[in-house]
Amino acid sequence: MSLKRFMSEAISPWMKNEGPDSDIVLSSRIRLARNLENHVFPLVADEQQSEEVNEQIRKHYENQAYGSVGNLSYINVDQLKVIERRVLVEKHLISPNLAEEPKHSAVLMSEDESISIMINEEDHIRIQCLFPGFQLSEALTLASGIDDWFEEKVNYAFDEKHGYLTSCPTNVGTGMRASVMMHLPALVMTQKIHRIVPAINQLGLVVRGIYGEGSEAQGNVFQISNQMTLGKSEIDIVEDLRGVVLQLIEEERSARNTLLETSKIQLEDRVYRSLGTLANSRIIQSKEATKCLSDVRLGIDLEMIEGISRKILNELMILTQPGFLQQYAGETLSPDDRDIRRATLIRERLKLEKNNE
Amino acid sequence: MYCQECQQRPATLHFTKIINGEKNEIHICEQCAKEKGDFIPGSNSFSIHNLLSGLLNFEQHPLSESTSKARSQQVMQCSKCGMTYSEFAKIGRFGCSNCYKTFASKLDPVLKRIHGGNTDHSGKIPKRIGNDLLERKKINQLRQHLQQLIHQEEFEEAAQVRDQIKSMEKRLGGSD
Repeated sequence: MSLKRFMSEAISPWMKNEGPDSDIVLSSRIRLARNLENHVFPLVADEQQSEEVNEQIRKHYENQAYGSVGNLSYINVDQLKVIERRVLVEKHLISPNLAEEPKHSAVLMSEDESISIMINEEDHIRIQCLFPGFQLSEALTLASGIDDWFEEKVNYAFDEKHGYLTSCPTNVGTGMRASVMMHLPALVMTQKIHRIVPAINQLGLVVRGIYGEGSEAQGNVFQISNQMTLGKSEIDIVEDLRGVVLQLIEEERSARNTLLETSKIQLEDRVYRSLGTLANSRIIQSKEATKCLSDVRLGIDLEMIEGISRKILNELMILTQPGFLQQYAGETLSPDDRDIRRATLIRERLKLEKNNE
Repeated sequence: MYCQECQQRPATLHFTKIINGEKNEIHICEQCAKEKGDFIPGSNSFSIHNLLSGLLNFEQHPLSESTSKARSQQVMQCSKCGMTYSEFAKIGRFGCSNCYKTFASKLDPVLKRIHGGNTDHSGKIPKRIGNDLLERKKINQLRQHLQQLIHQEEFEEAAQVRDQIKSMEKRLGGSD
Protein backbone atom coordinates (compact mmCIF):
# COMPACT_ATOMS: atom_id res chain seq x y z
CA MET A 1 0.00 0.00 0.00
CA SER A 2 1.30 3.48 -0.79
CA LEU A 3 2.09 5.67 2.17
CA LYS A 4 -0.41 8.25 0.97
CA ARG A 5 -3.26 5.75 0.94
CA PHE A 6 -2.18 4.17 4.20
CA MET A 7 -2.12 7.58 5.85
CA SER A 8 -5.56 8.48 4.65
CA GLU A 9 -6.82 5.32 6.29
CA ALA A 10 -4.71 5.63 9.40
CA ILE A 11 -5.52 9.18 10.35
CA SER A 12 -8.99 9.71 11.76
CA PRO A 13 -10.97 12.10 9.56
CA TRP A 14 -11.71 14.38 12.52
CA MET A 15 -7.96 14.95 12.91
CA LYS A 16 -7.59 16.36 9.43
CA ASN A 17 -9.21 19.64 10.36
CA GLU A 18 -7.45 22.20 12.48
CA GLY A 19 -9.38 23.54 15.43
CA PRO A 20 -9.00 26.78 17.39
CA ASP A 21 -5.57 27.34 19.01
CA SER A 22 -4.26 24.25 17.28
CA ASP A 23 -0.68 25.54 17.41
CA ILE A 24 -0.75 24.45 21.06
CA VAL A 25 -3.91 22.45 21.72
CA LEU A 26 -3.86 19.27 19.65
CA SER A 27 -7.26 17.91 20.66
CA SER A 28 -10.12 18.15 23.13
CA ARG A 29 -11.96 15.17 24.52
CA ILE A 30 -14.99 14.50 26.69
CA ARG A 31 -15.61 11.05 28.14
CA LEU A 32 -18.78 10.06 29.98
CA ALA A 33 -18.93 6.85 32.01
CA ARG A 34 -22.35 5.26 32.29
CA ASN A 35 -23.73 1.98 33.60
CA LEU A 36 -26.98 0.15 33.07
CA GLU A 37 -29.35 -0.28 35.94
CA ASN A 38 -29.71 -3.81 37.35
CA HIS A 39 -26.54 -5.19 35.76
CA VAL A 40 -23.34 -5.89 37.70
CA PHE A 41 -20.33 -3.91 36.47
CA PRO A 42 -18.05 -5.49 33.81
CA LEU A 43 -15.32 -6.15 36.38
CA VAL A 44 -17.35 -8.84 38.14
CA ALA A 45 -19.76 -9.80 35.34
CA ASP A 46 -19.63 -13.38 34.05
CA GLU A 47 -19.71 -14.26 30.34
CA GLN A 48 -23.48 -14.28 30.16
CA GLN A 49 -23.98 -11.04 32.05
CA SER A 50 -21.44 -9.26 29.84
CA GLU A 51 -23.08 -10.63 26.74
CA GLU A 52 -26.49 -9.39 27.91
CA VAL A 53 -25.22 -5.84 28.34
CA ASN A 54 -23.43 -5.94 25.01
CA GLU A 55 -26.53 -7.28 23.27
CA GLN A 56 -28.87 -4.75 24.85
CA ILE A 57 -26.79 -1.87 23.53
CA ARG A 58 -26.08 -3.47 20.15
CA LYS A 59 -29.76 -4.08 19.37
CA HIS A 60 -30.64 -0.42 19.96
CA TYR A 61 -27.63 1.35 18.50
CA GLU A 62 -25.92 -0.74 15.84
CA ASN A 63 -26.09 1.17 12.54
CA GLN A 64 -28.35 3.80 14.08
CA ALA A 65 -27.80 7.39 13.02
CA TYR A 66 -27.33 10.19 15.51
CA GLY A 67 -28.18 13.64 14.14
CA SER A 68 -25.69 14.99 11.63
CA VAL A 69 -23.04 12.56 12.88
CA GLY A 70 -24.49 9.74 10.82
CA ASN A 71 -24.44 6.02 11.42
CA LEU A 72 -22.57 4.39 14.24
CA SER A 73 -20.90 1.17 13.26
CA TYR A 74 -20.55 -1.62 15.77
CA ILE A 75 -17.20 -3.37 16.12
CA ASN A 76 -16.78 -6.48 18.21
CA VAL A 77 -13.41 -6.04 19.91
CA ASP A 78 -12.85 -9.73 20.66
CA GLN A 79 -13.12 -10.50 16.96
CA LEU A 80 -10.31 -8.12 16.04
CA LYS A 81 -6.71 -9.22 15.60
CA VAL A 82 -4.21 -8.10 18.24
CA ILE A 83 -2.61 -5.60 15.85
CA GLU A 84 -5.97 -4.16 14.83
CA ARG A 85 -6.82 -3.61 18.48
CA ARG A 86 -3.49 -1.92 19.00
CA VAL A 87 -4.16 0.39 16.11
CA LEU A 88 -7.47 1.45 17.70
CA VAL A 89 -5.60 2.20 20.93
CA GLU A 90 -2.99 4.24 19.08
CA LYS A 91 -5.82 6.23 17.48
CA HIS A 92 -7.24 6.80 20.99
CA LEU A 93 -10.50 5.14 19.93
CA ILE A 94 -10.38 2.42 22.55
CA SER A 95 -8.48 2.18 25.84
CA PRO A 96 -5.47 -0.12 26.33
CA ASN A 97 -7.60 -1.84 28.93
CA LEU A 98 -10.31 -2.77 26.41
CA ALA A 99 -7.71 -4.00 23.93
CA GLU A 100 -6.09 -6.27 26.50
CA GLU A 101 -9.27 -7.78 27.89
CA PRO A 102 -11.80 -7.73 25.10
CA LYS A 103 -14.27 -10.02 26.85
CA HIS A 104 -17.64 -9.33 25.18
CA SER A 105 -16.57 -5.80 24.58
CA ALA A 106 -17.38 -3.66 21.60
CA VAL A 107 -17.06 -0.18 20.27
CA LEU A 108 -19.63 1.93 18.44
CA MET A 109 -17.89 4.37 16.16
CA SER A 110 -18.95 7.29 13.99
CA GLU A 111 -17.65 7.42 10.44
CA ASP A 112 -15.29 10.32 11.09
CA GLU A 113 -14.12 8.56 14.28
CA SER A 114 -14.82 11.64 16.40
CA ILE A 115 -17.25 9.57 18.45
CA SER A 116 -16.39 6.23 19.95
CA ILE A 117 -18.52 4.47 22.50
CA MET A 118 -16.86 1.64 24.37
CA ILE A 119 -19.05 -1.15 25.68
CA ASN A 120 -18.00 -3.29 28.64
CA GLU A 121 -14.82 -1.42 29.48
CA GLU A 122 -14.50 -0.65 33.18
CA ASP A 123 -18.06 0.67 32.92
CA HIS A 124 -20.84 -0.65 30.68
CA ILE A 125 -20.79 2.43 28.48
CA ARG A 126 -18.08 4.99 27.86
CA ILE A 127 -19.03 7.75 25.47
CA GLN A 128 -16.05 9.57 24.02
CA CYS A 129 -16.07 12.64 21.76
CA LEU A 130 -12.87 13.98 20.21
CA PHE A 131 -12.45 17.38 18.57
CA PRO A 132 -9.41 18.96 16.94
CA GLY A 133 -7.88 21.98 18.73
CA PHE A 134 -9.42 23.66 21.71
CA GLN A 135 -13.14 22.81 21.56
CA LEU A 136 -14.09 21.47 24.96
CA SER A 137 -17.56 22.99 25.14
CA GLU A 138 -18.38 21.68 21.67
CA ALA A 139 -17.25 18.21 22.73
CA LEU A 140 -19.36 18.41 25.88
CA THR A 141 -22.46 19.41 23.92
CA LEU A 142 -22.04 16.48 21.55
CA ALA A 143 -21.27 13.94 24.30
CA SER A 144 -24.20 15.10 26.38
CA GLY A 145 -26.51 14.82 23.38
CA ILE A 146 -25.39 11.25 22.74
CA ASP A 147 -25.86 10.55 26.43
CA ASP A 148 -29.49 11.74 26.21
CA TRP A 149 -29.97 9.65 23.09
CA PHE A 150 -28.76 6.55 24.94
CA GLU A 151 -30.90 7.30 27.92
CA GLU A 152 -34.00 7.21 25.73
CA LYS A 153 -33.58 3.45 25.32
CA VAL A 154 -31.63 2.20 28.34
CA ASN A 155 -31.96 2.81 32.08
CA TYR A 156 -28.85 4.20 33.69
CA ALA A 157 -27.60 3.39 37.19
CA PHE A 158 -28.09 6.74 38.83
CA ASP A 159 -28.86 7.94 42.32
CA GLU A 160 -29.77 11.30 43.64
CA LYS A 161 -26.85 11.62 46.04
CA HIS A 162 -24.01 10.10 44.04
CA GLY A 163 -25.17 10.87 40.49
CA TYR A 164 -24.07 8.44 37.77
CA LEU A 165 -22.84 5.31 39.52
CA THR A 166 -19.53 4.08 38.14
CA SER A 167 -17.29 1.14 38.79
CA CYS A 168 -14.46 3.29 40.13
CA PRO A 169 -15.20 5.82 42.87
CA THR A 170 -12.96 8.32 41.04
CA ASN A 171 -15.56 8.65 38.28
CA VAL A 172 -18.80 8.75 40.25
CA GLY A 173 -21.07 11.79 39.96
CA THR A 174 -20.85 13.29 36.50
CA GLY A 175 -18.88 10.29 35.20
CA MET A 176 -17.12 12.89 33.12
CA ARG A 177 -13.47 13.22 32.24
CA ALA A 178 -12.72 16.31 30.19
CA SER A 179 -9.25 16.50 28.74
CA VAL A 180 -7.12 18.47 26.35
CA MET A 181 -3.89 17.42 24.73
CA MET A 182 -1.33 20.19 24.61
CA HIS A 183 2.06 20.59 22.95
CA LEU A 184 4.18 22.56 25.42
CA PRO A 185 7.81 22.42 24.22
CA ALA A 186 8.79 25.94 25.33
CA LEU A 187 7.48 25.40 28.86
CA VAL A 188 9.57 22.23 29.02
CA MET A 189 12.70 23.87 27.54
CA THR A 190 12.50 26.79 29.96
CA GLN A 191 11.73 24.30 32.78
CA LYS A 192 8.69 26.36 33.70
CA ILE A 193 6.64 23.19 33.43
CA HIS A 194 8.07 21.95 36.74
CA ARG A 195 6.49 24.85 38.54
CA ILE A 196 3.27 24.75 36.58
CA VAL A 197 2.39 21.05 36.96
CA PRO A 198 2.18 21.07 40.77
CA ALA A 199 0.09 24.26 40.63
CA ILE A 200 -2.33 22.63 38.19
CA ASN A 201 -2.55 19.59 40.45
CA GLN A 202 -3.56 21.79 43.34
CA LEU A 203 -6.51 23.03 41.32
CA GLY A 204 -7.95 19.53 41.17
CA LEU A 205 -6.69 18.92 37.64
CA VAL A 206 -4.29 16.22 36.48
CA VAL A 207 -1.41 16.41 34.02
CA ARG A 208 -0.39 13.20 32.26
CA GLY A 209 1.35 11.76 29.20
CA ILE A 210 -0.67 11.29 26.05
CA TYR A 211 -1.96 7.77 26.50
CA GLY A 212 -3.76 8.62 29.71
CA GLU A 213 -3.32 7.22 33.14
CA GLY A 214 0.24 6.45 34.07
CA SER A 215 1.89 7.20 30.75
CA GLU A 216 4.91 9.42 30.21
CA ALA A 217 4.79 12.75 28.45
CA GLN A 218 6.11 11.91 24.99
CA GLY A 219 7.34 14.64 22.71
CA ASN A 220 6.29 17.39 25.11
CA VAL A 221 2.65 16.46 24.71
CA PHE A 222 0.65 16.68 27.91
CA GLN A 223 -2.90 15.69 28.70
CA ILE A 224 -4.69 17.89 31.19
CA SER A 225 -7.94 16.69 32.69
CA ASN A 226 -10.29 17.08 35.61
CA GLN A 227 -9.73 14.93 38.68
CA MET A 228 -12.98 15.59 40.53
CA THR A 229 -16.25 14.28 39.17
CA LEU A 230 -18.42 14.83 42.22
CA GLY A 231 -19.83 18.08 43.57
CA LYS A 232 -19.41 20.18 40.45
CA SER A 233 -21.59 20.39 37.35
CA GLU A 234 -20.28 19.33 33.96
CA ILE A 235 -20.29 22.91 32.72
CA ASP A 236 -18.35 24.15 35.76
CA ILE A 237 -15.76 21.40 35.36
CA VAL A 238 -15.27 22.29 31.69
CA GLU A 239 -15.10 26.00 32.51
CA ASP A 240 -12.44 25.44 35.20
CA LEU A 241 -10.38 23.34 32.82
CA ARG A 242 -10.85 25.91 30.07
CA GLY A 243 -9.49 28.63 32.32
CA VAL A 244 -6.33 26.67 33.07
CA VAL A 245 -5.81 25.71 29.43
CA LEU A 246 -6.17 29.33 28.31
CA GLN A 247 -3.54 30.31 30.85
CA LEU A 248 -1.23 27.52 29.70
CA ILE A 249 -1.62 28.67 26.09
CA GLU A 250 -0.59 32.17 27.18
CA GLU A 251 2.37 30.84 29.16
CA GLU A 252 3.55 28.64 26.32
CA ARG A 253 3.28 31.49 23.80
CA SER A 254 5.20 33.83 26.05
CA ALA A 255 7.88 31.18 26.72
CA ARG A 256 8.21 30.70 22.94
CA ASN A 257 8.70 34.46 22.52
CA THR A 258 11.27 34.56 25.29
CA LEU A 259 13.19 31.72 23.66
CA LEU A 260 13.09 33.55 20.32
CA GLU A 261 14.37 36.73 21.92
CA THR A 262 17.09 35.23 24.07
CA SER A 263 18.29 32.14 22.26
CA LYS A 264 17.03 32.15 18.70
CA ILE A 265 20.17 30.64 17.21
CA GLN A 266 20.25 27.80 19.74
CA LEU A 267 16.59 27.14 19.09
CA GLU A 268 17.13 27.14 15.32
CA ASP A 269 20.04 24.80 15.76
CA ARG A 270 17.91 22.39 17.75
CA VAL A 271 15.00 22.55 15.32
CA TYR A 272 17.18 22.00 12.22
CA ARG A 273 19.19 19.22 13.84
CA SER A 274 15.96 17.44 14.65
CA LEU A 275 14.71 17.96 11.12
CA GLY A 276 18.02 16.58 9.89
CA THR A 277 17.68 13.54 12.10
CA LEU A 278 14.16 12.83 10.91
CA ALA A 279 15.05 13.37 7.26
CA ASN A 280 18.21 11.25 7.30
CA SER A 281 18.02 8.58 9.99
CA ARG A 282 18.09 4.92 9.03
CA ILE A 283 17.30 3.69 12.55
CA ILE A 284 15.25 5.70 15.00
CA GLN A 285 13.71 4.77 18.31
CA SER A 286 10.28 5.97 19.25
CA LYS A 287 11.52 8.25 21.99
CA GLU A 288 14.00 10.06 19.76
CA ALA A 289 11.43 10.30 16.98
CA THR A 290 8.83 11.96 19.17
CA LYS A 291 11.42 14.37 20.58
CA CYS A 292 12.54 15.38 17.07
CA LEU A 293 8.93 15.65 15.88
CA SER A 294 8.18 17.98 18.76
CA ASP A 295 11.14 20.19 17.81
CA VAL A 296 10.12 20.25 14.16
CA ARG A 297 6.55 21.09 15.04
CA LEU A 298 7.82 23.99 17.17
CA GLY A 299 9.95 25.10 14.24
CA ILE A 300 6.86 25.12 12.04
CA ASP A 301 4.83 27.06 14.63
CA LEU A 302 7.63 29.65 14.91
CA GLU A 303 7.88 29.88 11.11
CA MET A 304 11.48 28.70 11.08
CA ILE A 305 10.54 25.79 8.85
CA GLU A 306 8.33 26.28 5.85
CA GLY A 307 6.73 23.80 3.52
CA ILE A 308 5.88 21.19 6.12
CA SER A 309 2.35 21.15 7.47
CA ARG A 310 1.67 21.39 11.17
CA LYS A 311 -0.42 18.23 11.11
CA ILE A 312 2.75 16.24 10.56
CA LEU A 313 3.38 15.92 14.30
CA ASN A 314 -0.08 14.53 15.09
CA GLU A 315 0.16 12.24 12.09
CA LEU A 316 3.63 10.88 12.65
CA MET A 317 3.13 10.49 16.39
CA ILE A 318 0.37 8.05 15.49
CA LEU A 319 1.94 6.47 12.41
CA THR A 320 5.22 5.63 14.14
CA GLN A 321 3.61 3.71 17.00
CA PRO A 322 4.33 -0.04 17.00
CA GLY A 323 0.78 -1.03 15.97
CA PHE A 324 0.71 1.20 12.92
CA LEU A 325 4.25 0.35 11.88
CA GLN A 326 3.35 -3.31 11.88
CA GLN A 327 0.11 -2.77 10.08
CA TYR A 328 1.92 -0.74 7.41
CA ALA A 329 4.59 -3.39 7.10
CA GLY A 330 1.93 -6.08 6.97
CA GLU A 331 3.87 -8.28 9.38
CA THR A 332 4.92 -8.58 13.00
CA LEU A 333 8.18 -6.72 13.59
CA SER A 334 10.86 -7.03 16.24
CA PRO A 335 11.75 -3.81 18.10
CA ASP A 336 14.94 -3.47 16.01
CA ASP A 337 12.98 -3.87 12.78
CA ARG A 338 10.48 -1.33 14.00
CA ASP A 339 13.23 1.25 14.53
CA ILE A 340 14.35 0.76 10.92
CA ARG A 341 10.80 0.89 9.56
CA ARG A 342 10.07 3.96 11.65
CA ALA A 343 13.03 5.82 10.15
CA THR A 344 11.96 4.81 6.64
CA LEU A 345 8.37 5.86 7.19
CA ILE A 346 9.36 9.27 8.54
CA ARG A 347 11.72 9.86 5.60
CA GLU A 348 9.00 8.87 3.14
CA ARG A 349 6.49 11.07 4.88
CA LEU A 350 8.78 14.09 4.72
CA LYS A 351 9.50 13.41 1.06
CA LEU A 352 5.77 13.24 0.37
CA GLU A 353 5.38 16.63 2.01
CA LYS A 354 8.12 18.08 -0.21
CA ASN A 355 6.56 16.70 -3.39
CA ASN A 356 3.15 18.09 -2.47
CA GLU A 357 4.53 21.58 -2.45
CA MET B 1 12.49 21.38 46.46
CA TYR B 2 15.31 19.06 45.42
CA CYS B 3 15.04 15.32 44.94
CA GLN B 4 15.83 13.54 48.18
CA GLU B 5 17.67 10.77 46.32
CA CYS B 6 20.10 12.62 44.04
CA GLN B 7 19.90 16.06 45.70
CA GLN B 8 20.50 17.52 42.25
CA ARG B 9 17.35 17.60 40.17
CA PRO B 10 14.10 19.24 41.29
CA ALA B 11 11.64 16.81 42.88
CA THR B 12 8.68 16.38 40.57
CA LEU B 13 7.00 13.39 42.20
CA HIS B 14 5.57 13.72 45.67
CA PHE B 15 4.18 10.78 47.58
CA THR B 16 2.89 10.04 51.00
CA LYS B 17 3.57 6.45 51.93
CA ILE B 18 1.56 5.04 54.80
CA ILE B 19 2.70 1.77 56.29
CA ASN B 20 0.95 0.54 59.40
CA GLY B 21 -0.35 4.01 60.06
CA GLU B 22 3.13 5.55 59.88
CA LYS B 23 3.31 8.44 57.45
CA ASN B 24 6.32 9.02 55.23
CA GLU B 25 6.67 11.84 52.74
CA ILE B 26 8.73 11.17 49.65
CA HIS B 27 9.94 13.81 47.21
CA ILE B 28 11.93 12.56 44.26
CA CYS B 29 12.65 13.37 40.63
CA GLU B 30 11.34 11.24 37.80
CA GLN B 31 14.76 9.83 36.94
CA CYS B 32 15.47 8.57 40.45
CA ALA B 33 11.96 7.18 40.69
CA LYS B 34 12.63 5.24 37.52
CA GLU B 35 15.96 3.95 38.76
CA LYS B 36 14.43 2.90 42.02
CA GLY B 37 11.76 1.08 40.06
CA ASP B 38 9.27 2.40 42.53
CA PHE B 39 6.25 4.61 41.77
CA ILE B 40 6.84 4.79 38.05
CA PRO B 41 3.82 6.28 36.40
CA GLY B 42 2.88 3.85 33.67
CA SER B 43 4.50 0.79 35.15
CA ASN B 44 2.13 -1.93 36.18
CA SER B 45 3.24 -1.68 39.77
CA PHE B 46 1.52 1.61 40.28
CA SER B 47 -1.90 2.76 39.14
CA ILE B 48 -4.74 4.86 40.33
CA HIS B 49 -6.33 1.72 41.69
CA ASN B 50 -3.29 0.89 43.82
CA LEU B 51 -3.37 4.40 45.11
CA LEU B 52 -7.06 4.16 45.79
CA SER B 53 -6.64 0.83 47.43
CA GLY B 54 -4.10 2.42 49.78
CA LEU B 55 -6.65 5.04 50.61
CA LEU B 56 -9.39 2.54 51.31
CA ASN B 57 -7.23 0.15 53.31
CA PHE B 58 -5.92 2.98 55.38
CA GLU B 59 -9.42 3.15 56.84
CA GLN B 60 -8.94 -0.30 58.27
CA HIS B 61 -5.39 -0.05 59.58
CA PRO B 62 -5.95 1.55 62.98
CA LEU B 63 -8.09 -1.38 64.07
CA SER B 64 -6.82 -3.30 67.05
CA GLU B 65 -7.19 -7.08 67.07
CA SER B 66 -10.28 -7.14 69.20
CA THR B 67 -12.16 -4.65 67.06
CA SER B 68 -11.12 -6.38 63.87
CA LYS B 69 -12.55 -9.58 65.30
CA ALA B 70 -15.82 -7.82 66.00
CA ARG B 71 -15.71 -6.43 62.49
CA SER B 72 -15.21 -9.80 60.88
CA GLN B 73 -18.39 -11.03 62.49
CA GLN B 74 -20.41 -8.47 60.59
CA VAL B 75 -18.69 -8.42 57.21
CA MET B 76 -20.15 -5.85 54.87
CA GLN B 77 -21.16 -7.68 51.71
CA CYS B 78 -23.20 -6.51 48.73
CA SER B 79 -26.33 -8.61 48.42
CA LYS B 80 -26.40 -8.18 44.65
CA CYS B 81 -22.86 -8.83 43.42
CA GLY B 82 -21.39 -10.45 46.52
CA MET B 83 -18.49 -8.02 46.88
CA THR B 84 -17.21 -7.50 50.42
CA TYR B 85 -15.78 -4.25 51.71
CA SER B 86 -12.31 -5.71 51.95
CA GLU B 87 -12.50 -6.84 48.31
CA PHE B 88 -13.64 -3.37 47.32
CA ALA B 89 -10.79 -1.86 49.32
CA LYS B 90 -8.34 -4.20 47.62
CA ILE B 91 -9.31 -3.53 44.01
CA GLY B 92 -10.63 -0.02 44.48
CA ARG B 93 -13.71 -0.60 42.37
CA PHE B 94 -17.34 -1.45 43.00
CA GLY B 95 -18.96 -4.63 41.70
CA CYS B 96 -22.36 -3.09 40.97
CA SER B 97 -24.45 -0.02 41.61
CA ASN B 98 -25.93 -1.62 44.72
CA CYS B 99 -22.46 -1.54 46.35
CA TYR B 100 -22.96 2.19 46.78
CA LYS B 101 -25.85 1.40 49.13
CA THR B 102 -24.08 -1.51 50.83
CA PHE B 103 -20.95 0.48 51.67
CA ALA B 104 -22.78 3.77 52.16
CA SER B 105 -21.70 4.16 55.77
CA LYS B 106 -18.01 4.08 54.83
CA LEU B 107 -18.19 5.93 51.56
CA ASP B 108 -18.35 9.60 52.42
CA PRO B 109 -14.82 9.95 53.86
CA VAL B 110 -13.41 8.11 50.82
CA LEU B 111 -15.34 10.23 48.32
CA LYS B 112 -14.34 13.38 50.18
CA ARG B 113 -10.67 12.54 49.77
CA ILE B 114 -11.01 11.80 46.09
CA HIS B 115 -13.31 14.65 45.13
CA GLY B 116 -11.91 17.61 47.01
CA GLY B 117 -14.29 17.36 49.96
CA ASN B 118 -17.42 16.70 47.91
CA THR B 119 -19.79 13.81 48.51
CA ASP B 120 -22.92 14.88 46.63
CA HIS B 121 -23.63 15.02 42.91
CA SER B 122 -24.60 18.39 41.53
CA GLY B 123 -24.34 17.75 37.82
CA LYS B 124 -26.59 16.41 35.11
CA ILE B 125 -29.72 14.43 35.95
CA PRO B 126 -30.85 11.91 33.34
CA LYS B 127 -34.01 13.16 31.66
CA ARG B 128 -36.21 10.11 31.89
CA ILE B 129 -35.41 8.69 35.33
CA GLY B 130 -34.58 12.20 36.50
CA ASN B 131 -38.20 13.24 36.08
CA ASP B 132 -39.14 10.47 38.46
CA LEU B 133 -36.63 11.80 40.97
CA LEU B 134 -38.20 15.23 40.92
CA GLU B 135 -41.66 13.67 41.12
CA ARG B 136 -40.66 11.56 44.12
CA LYS B 137 -39.34 14.62 45.89
CA LYS B 138 -42.67 16.31 45.27
CA ILE B 139 -44.61 13.32 46.64
CA ASN B 140 -42.56 13.46 49.83
CA GLN B 141 -43.35 17.12 50.22
CA LEU B 142 -47.05 16.46 49.64
CA ARG B 143 -47.01 13.69 52.25
CA GLN B 144 -45.65 16.09 54.81
CA HIS B 145 -48.28 18.60 53.81
CA LEU B 146 -50.95 15.93 54.19
CA GLN B 147 -49.87 15.17 57.76
CA GLN B 148 -50.04 18.83 58.53
CA LEU B 149 -53.56 19.14 57.12
CA ILE B 150 -54.76 16.10 59.11
CA HIS B 151 -53.23 17.60 62.20
CA GLN B 152 -55.10 20.81 61.54
CA GLU B 153 -58.27 18.77 60.92
CA GLU B 154 -58.69 20.21 57.44
CA PHE B 155 -60.00 16.96 56.07
CA GLU B 156 -61.50 18.21 52.85
CA GLU B 157 -58.23 19.61 51.59
CA ALA B 158 -56.40 16.58 52.99
CA ALA B 159 -58.54 14.30 50.86
CA GLN B 160 -57.58 16.28 47.77
CA VAL B 161 -53.88 16.06 48.59
CA ARG B 162 -54.23 12.32 49.26
CA ASP B 163 -55.79 11.83 45.83
CA GLN B 164 -53.06 13.89 44.22
CA ILE B 165 -50.40 11.71 45.87
CA LYS B 166 -52.20 8.56 44.77
CA SER B 167 -52.38 9.64 41.15
CA MET B 168 -48.72 10.68 41.16
CA GLU B 169 -47.67 7.38 42.68
CA LYS B 170 -49.69 5.54 40.07
CA ARG B 171 -47.90 7.38 37.29
CA LEU B 172 -44.53 6.56 38.84
CA GLY B 173 -45.46 2.96 39.51
CA GLY B 174 -44.53 1.75 36.01
CA SER B 175 -40.93 2.86 36.17
CA ASP B 176 -40.17 1.86 39.75
